[in-house]
Amino acid sequence: MEIPENVKKRLSLPAEEYFYAGHTACQGCGAALGLRYVLKAYKNRAIFTIPACCSTIIAGAWPYLTFGAPLFQTAFETTGAVIGGIEAGLKAKGYKVKGEDGIMVVGWAGDGGTADIGLQALSGFLERDHDGLYIMYDNEAYMNTGIQRSSSTPKGAWTTNTPGGKKHFLEQKPKKKVIDIVIAHKPAYAATASIAFPEDFIRKLKKAQKIKGASFIQLFAPCPTGWRSPTDKSIELARLAVQTAYFPLFEYEGGKYKINMPSTKKEPKPLEEYLKLQGRFKYMTKEDIAALQEWVLREWEELKKKAEMFK
Amino acid sequence: MPMRKVMKGNEAAAWAAKLAKPKVVAAFPITPSTLVPEKISEFVANGEMDAEFVKVESEHSAISACVGASAAGVRVFTATASQGLALMHEVLFIAAGMRLPIVMAIGNRSLSAPINIWNDWQDTISERDTGWLQFYAENNQEALDLILAAFKVAEDERVLLPAMTGFDAFILTHTVEPVEIPDQELVDEFLGEYEPKHAYIDPKRPITQGALGFPAHYAESRYKVWEAMENAKEVIKEVFAEFEKKFGRKYQMIEEYKTDDAEIILVTMGSLAGTVKEFVDKKREEGIKIGAAKITVYRPFPIEEIRALAKKTKVLALLEKDISFGIGGAVYADVGRALINEKEKPIVLDFILGLGGRDVTFENLDEVIEISKKALKGEKVEEVSWIGLRKEIL
Repeated sequence: MEIPENVKKRLSLPAEEYFYAGHTACQGCGAALGLRYVLKAYKNRAIFTIPACCSTIIAGAWPYLTFGAPLFQTAFETTGAVIGGIEAGLKAKGYKVKGEDGIMVVGWAGDGGTADIGLQALSGFLERDHDGLYIMYDNEAYMNTGIQRSSSTPKGAWTTNTPGGKKHFLEQKPKKKVIDIVIAHKPAYAATASIAFPEDFIRKLKKAQKIKGASFIQLFAPCPTGWRSPTDKSIELARLAVQTAYFPLFEYEGGKYKINMPSTKKEPKPLEEYLKLQGRFKYMTKEDIAALQEWVLREWEELKKKAEMFK
Repeated sequence: MPMRKVMKGNEAAAWAAKLAKPKVVAAFPITPSTLVPEKISEFVANGEMDAEFVKVESEHSAISACVGASAAGVRVFTATASQGLALMHEVLFIAAGMRLPIVMAIGNRSLSAPINIWNDWQDTISERDTGWLQFYAENNQEALDLILAAFKVAEDERVLLPAMTGFDAFILTHTVEPVEIPDQELVDEFLGEYEPKHAYIDPKRPITQGALGFPAHYAESRYKVWEAMENAKEVIKEVFAEFEKKFGRKYQMIEEYKTDDAEIILVTMGSLAGTVKEFVDKKREEGIKIGAAKITVYRPFPIEEIRALAKKTKVLALLEKDISFGIGGAVYADVGRALINEKEKPIVLDFILGLGGRDVTFENLDEVIEISKKALKGEKVEEVSWIGLRKEIL
């Protein structure tokens, strides 16, 4: 449907669609929404690399194509290396990569493909400072293989291999802070983003395009299938994750931290508001919830201190 | 005029890369191949080579970066060996399946355990099913030439498959020999520019490469790789003929040596062929009619050439620096495939030797001849024999 010009002017997001209808994501998929925003931000000026993950399927099986941009599908742990190779190849062919109107070489990988099996290639990508953008869409488990825990799964969560059971065997370890590992590389640009705040996400995508060097965005992308949450609650959940400070929005650029709205100085909402909408947390005891709440606030304080120290 | 220089096998491979002018090289150090990327980075640093050199953090990332760069539509080169090649394994399939004509130099080395850095062919042999073309060099000149030829075959539109050229660890990688470096102009003429029509990333032409293939489509994609590998047999012959015309050196799928009246033919690959040819000369002086054959192209496997060779002799004795546990040497199975439906065929025996860098001596080869002679007389012998085993430490 063609959007009238006068309406287009009032939109806070680009009107053009490059993520076509007919994709095969589940209802309420946060990742699909994330892809739509990335394609809106870069139009057809982006080249995507997707490793084994839900998005392999979402992008469409041969001969169907839901992307209005070139897409290269690769092995699980190779995203960081492949985007480095594409960048080198494109530069050799004379393309302008990154910078104003430059082509964006985008790696789009899940949390398992990033925090676990792809961590080494990610580190190589960051350390070599390739002109590319690595987006980790974080749905906090291996969803494509059927909801197995990743190191990005939060403590207390149910997954198919942390099933609770009589021994209360839920996820035992806190969520790995991939963004902190990324920042330890002192990249050109790193940020967290959320599908509930698309304007903020697109602003960050544009920023990543302008800044030369390796960029990274960790995008919070709810998965109703794996989180056992209603399919119409994905955006609300993503918003609550920010408002409870479970997943604060911030940027790291040139050695400086900046916490973004709405992650402000205002007191975070109680974590329980976020947890109670999701079946994956229903086995947590009061003590489990209190411990997770404490972890969230401690991490939040740490981030605020960093932002205060490096501003 | 071509230049003659004394150089190591690794340097010859680096020179081949320099002459082929790849736009991207991504590599990770591993013994015995380290010197290949090292030399290339020297060429790049001195402005003698115009390539992006991606200093990756593993072989897995080396081949992944090569795959990305090749998909961007440029000529790509890398080098590795042994564990490094094994680490690349899953991505090798992707390179072939996506029809990306990457060329890789391999300093053929054994695999752990036990850890061993010396020569055998287990590394490349174990990758025979990935869809990569495989060439094996006898000496440093062949290492250079067969890398250039590999580019030409790999990039041919009838083929479009990646290729690896192996040359033996230390025996060639670290040994100096005189090597003729062809004229750049002639190499430019021979190879031309790589301008893919099938796979290149272009923002103006959004396509998906490597998309999910359902059971309804997957087999056809695999069949196309099979077909390309079959096509490669003809293309390789054409490329070798053109190579000879341009550079004056002749290559064949299988090179025969004194086979016409040979009762026993020793079939091998790589640098071992040099030893075997000398052995043949010595035995012929003693009046023993043996010959030799060297498999230069292992994938695609030269089935017709093996059949022709088999017609000339009574015993084919395969000398292999590799083992497929539970069956024998890999070449044994391949030769078996070539001959199984032939009406008349020689006795085919397999000899495993020279593993992990152990020298193959004339005494070892005498043992091969002894066993082959027994078989000729109708005595029962092992189909697969391990030669030169030190029984005292077993």
